[in-house]
Amino acid sequence: MKDVRLLTEPFIPGAFVGPFTQANPGLGGVCTFVGEVRPNKDGQGEGQGEGQGEGQGTKDDWGVEALELSHYEPLTLPGMEALADEAIARFDLMGLLMVHRVGKLRVGEPIVLVSAAARHRRGAIDAVDFCMDHLKAAAWFWKREKRADGWHWIEPREDDYADLARWDKGP
Amino acid sequence: MAVTILFLGPLADMAGAESKDVEAPLDWAGLLEVVGSDVADQLTQERVNIACDGRVLADKTALNAKDGDEVALLPPVSGG
Repeated sequence: MKDVRLLTEPFIPGAFVGPFTQANPGLGGVCTFVGEVRPNKDGQGEGQGEGQGEGQGTKDDWGVEALELSHYEPLTLPGMEALADEAIARFDLMGLLMVHRVGKLRVGEPIVLVSAAARHRRGAIDAVDFCMDHLKAAAWFWKREKRADGWHWIEPREDDYADLARWDKGP
Repeated sequence: MAVTILFLGPLADMAGAESKDVEAPLDWAGLLEVVGSDVADQLTQERVNIACDGRVLADKTALNAKDGDEVALLPPVSGG
């Protein structure tokens, strides 16, 4: 089963993953990734999106007060649906769950959840990797963060584009 | 009726507004004229896309928006 959602309010990943797993009887494995708004390096105050690269922050990581994700209604959800269909076909999935937040987010809130169910682990793991690379750099979202000096728009890093390009070369 | 231009992401800051109504029809040359020079500069870059009536244009210079169409200006994306 395919379950693709855009949410405007905070969500609890487990509340989605549990029922999703139950809805795919006979699966061999489930792989789940949850991206959250990351706290600052010093562990105090607020931070920025998962999208800025886990564990490789710069000084710009400091002093982030909020994260906001905007989207374009006619394209964003249909684009996610098409991505899900592509992943299901490419990795022979039994089911795919894809949840993405929009609106203002605080530190620790989940931004994105992808969960794939398959008969074999490799398909499930690769499908989640594939979906995340596309959601970060090729889906219709725009992300900005608020620091002390105002709002700053975030673009994908070179690494994000390189991660995305891996999938063009075939599995 | 008119054509509504939507400025997504950073383009809204650049335009100073999230949307703008202009007279129909609207083509590529007309779009570049009404959005201001900063946004026009962005539009000429390959990494900025345009959607008309909910569909991303394969060739944005072929824009031909009619009465009631929404033209969305789509800068580079970042999700997750």
